[in-house]
Amino acid sequence: MIEAQTVTDGRGDTKRMNMIQAINSAMDVMMARDTNVIVMGEDVGYFGGVFRATAGLQAKYGKTRVFDTPITECGIIGVAVGMGAYGLRPVPEIQFADYIYPALDQLVSEAARLRYRSAGEFTAPITVRSPFGGGIFGGQTHSQSPEGIFTHVSGLKTVIPSTPYDAKGLLIAAIEDNDPTIFFEPKRIYNGPFDGHYDRPTSNWSNHPGGEVPEGYYRIPLGKANVVREGEAVTILCYGTMVHVVASIVAEMRVDAEIVDLRTLVPLDIETIEASVKKTGRCLIVHEATRTSGFGAELSALVQERCFYHLEAPIERVTGFDTPYPHSLEWAYFPGPVRIGEALKKIMKD
Amino acid sequence: MAGDLKRANLPPLSLHVPEPKFRPGDKADYSDLVIPAAGEAQRPDVSAKPDSFHGLAYSLVRVLDDEGRAVGPWDPKLSPERLRAMLRAMALTRAFDERMFRAQRQGKTSFYMKCTGEEAIAVAAAFALDRDDMCFPSYRQQGLLIARDWDLVDMMNQIYSNKGDRLQGRQLPIMYSTKEGSFFSISGNLTTQYPQAVGWAMASAAKGDTRIAATWCGEGSTAEGDFHSACTFASVYRAPVIMNVVNNQWAISSFSGFAGAEATTFAARAIGYGIAGLRVDGNDPLAVYAATEWAAERARTNQGPTLIEHFTYRAEGHSTSDDPSQYRSANEGSDWPLGDPIARLKQHLILLGEWDEERHAAMDLELAERVKASAKEAEKNGILGHGMHQPFETMFEGVFEEMPWHLREQLEQAVNEKKVAGL
Ligand SMILES: Cc1ncc(C[n+]2csc(CCOP(=O)(O)OP(=O)(O)O)c2C)c(N)n1
Ligand SMILES: [Mg+2]
Repeated sequence: MIEAQTVTDGRGDTKRMNMIQAINSAMDVMMARDTNVIVMGEDVGYFGGVFRATAGLQAKYGKTRVFDTPITECGIIGVAVGMGAYGLRPVPEIQFADYIYPALDQLVSEAARLRYRSAGEFTAPITVRSPFGGGIFGGQTHSQSPEGIFTHVSGLKTVIPSTPYDAKGLLIAAIEDNDPTIFFEPKRIYNGPFDGHYDRPTSNWSNHPGGEVPEGYYRIPLGKANVVREGEAVTILCYGTMVHVVASIVAEMRVDAEIVDLRTLVPLDIETIEASVKKTGRCLIVHEATRTSGFGAELSALVQERCFYHLEAPIERVTGFDTPYPHSLEWAYFPGPVRIGEALKKIMKD
Repeated sequence: MAGDLKRANLPPLSLHVPEPKFRPGDKADYSDLVIPAAGEAQRPDVSAKPDSFHGLAYSLVRVLDDEGRAVGPWDPKLSPERLRAMLRAMALTRAFDERMFRAQRQGKTSFYMKCTGEEAIAVAAAFALDRDDMCFPSYRQQGLLIARDWDLVDMMNQIYSNKGDRLQGRQLPIMYSTKEGSFFSISGNLTTQYPQAVGWAMASAAKGDTRIAATWCGEGSTAEGDFHSACTFASVYRAPVIMNVVNNQWAISSFSGFAGAEATTFAARAIGYGIAGLRVDGNDPLAVYAATEWAAERARTNQGPTLIEHFTYRAEGHSTSDDPSQYRSANEGSDWPLGDPIARLKQHLILLGEWDEERHAAMDLELAERVKASAKEAEKNGILGHGMHQPFETMFEGVFEEMPWHLREQLEQAVNEKKVAGL
């Protein structure tokens, strides 16, 4: 049910936003447009979320549409599935991606398969928002990148934005989507892009083009990648925080790289990837998540299957190491500029 | 909606969403909080069947009255020496918290969590348990280690993730672990320790051991499925375990109503599982001691598990990342009707003629000095973020017992990276 429009269709005026504000704005816009959109999760109500992503929403839309939940991730997702079955469009928050595991059964066995097993009678139009990724000295329970666990599940979509602009447009598309979507928010870049140099001053979104965000409704279709930088020498596939780390090292090394920000991992924009790798003949894949069975493995297989005769060098992967996320050795763990730079040198060698 | 048409004569359904009584700007008023008098709760025989004392799950075991007298059947009748030792451990816990909180504010580490106002819950329990009883704590029972005389420098090394850190800088500050201290590795994932404690206790029983297990979680954490799995296993196998729920009224910004406190008590969870349930004044060190002692005796004599709700108040923010003035009434903590556990035990000792203000002030000073000296000592091993305190390789060690080829390869890559970076 679409309510009387309180926001203009089309982009409307733009405003400087950080990623939190953009995400907040996406939920605000969708709650105004559709009374079936509801927001719930640990601390999201009165307080507005530990990262403030839902700030102001309860005051605006009331307690029955924006509410705190008991601390049970399994319960949160199970309840969201039930609400979806009724006809609502829940947007549950899992406080940190590291805490999503108790919800796995409801996500994997239930939300992901509901449409299939009921032959479309029931669906799970839910969007699970969750901050993910490291770089904030959060130790092993506030740093993980578990996207590969979800991309492996048939029936789930997985979306990861890299700018405030993308975050809002993608979140709106995810909320409107009738299938369950995991929306991972790279918390390291909530307040500003990150070049991978932890020892340099941080920047904020106010002087990045991705920080210019329309105030009204707009959507970025799921399944469409964004070519952040066009180039001829090598294709770099990445998403989330790593888009910015990659862009900075590419600029530093003056490599004519084509940087593809995937934005959606499932469904994947294979056309953009294929066209780019066929053009450059080289492919580097970068993610923060652990390596073994990570999403990079899927990307590598796809590129090999589809672009083999265009490849001039073996596909390279730069990833987090296959260890839990350490606390004090955070910056040794993080796949930063040095590791990416070494891989670039190697792939450009012959 | 279809329902409206079919039942036009019925009022529509409405969704209940809990709301705390007080928010910022409100004056917290506890006049309608029912607090049973000290000494009122009955003390069942340790061999009594759980269904014969359901009332205790809705009452409050209290020993210290408002004047500081120890009254009623739960008075554990501890010697003055033991009472002073407990007071000292609680005061040391508070001094430790103060110092480490400040260290985080000074940028010496990334994170810290205090247990202010809740010191009795861990400290008195540690005094009532045996040193080798296995504890599965949450992140707010540092008092267990302190009461077990654990080395403060060792704890601080962990908080600083420095080169003296036995956990090799791998864990978030305060996520201690010491097998020697019978203190299980703390997890950041809530309530996972609950079924683990039950499993440890089942193993101890299966092996004919005499040690028991104890575990703690916050009231908010009782919502997790792991809490309920633990209760079921504990009940089914009559596991020798004490399950503590620390009801400090808040789970970050969510009041206890979001864990079910509007409907019933946390101790009453025990009733459905057929477990012994006690509700205890968590700010009364003697009540916590007595309840733990009672539950330990039940466990050690094969009478099964006990669930203890400790009714208390989280006097400070959730952690260094939290600002409770955003969601709590300002006077809620200061007006907490059950007082402060340290002040209450101090009052009791003074009443007994076993303590005085001067000695207390001198003790506080001495403990602050001791904590300060320990911090200096720990800081010699480094503070977080200042240099690489752990050798690189440690990052790859301990994932498995033996390092497989792929981790060895990644280690080589890391070493090479370090060279390239000129480190
Ligand atoms: C599985 C899981 N979900 C969410 C969190 C985030 N979190 C950390 S502490 C906390 C509140 C816990 O409150 P409570 O159980 O009452 O314990 P208290 O902090 O009051 O001691 C939350 C939601 C977590 N650590 N683990
Ligand atoms: Mg609590």
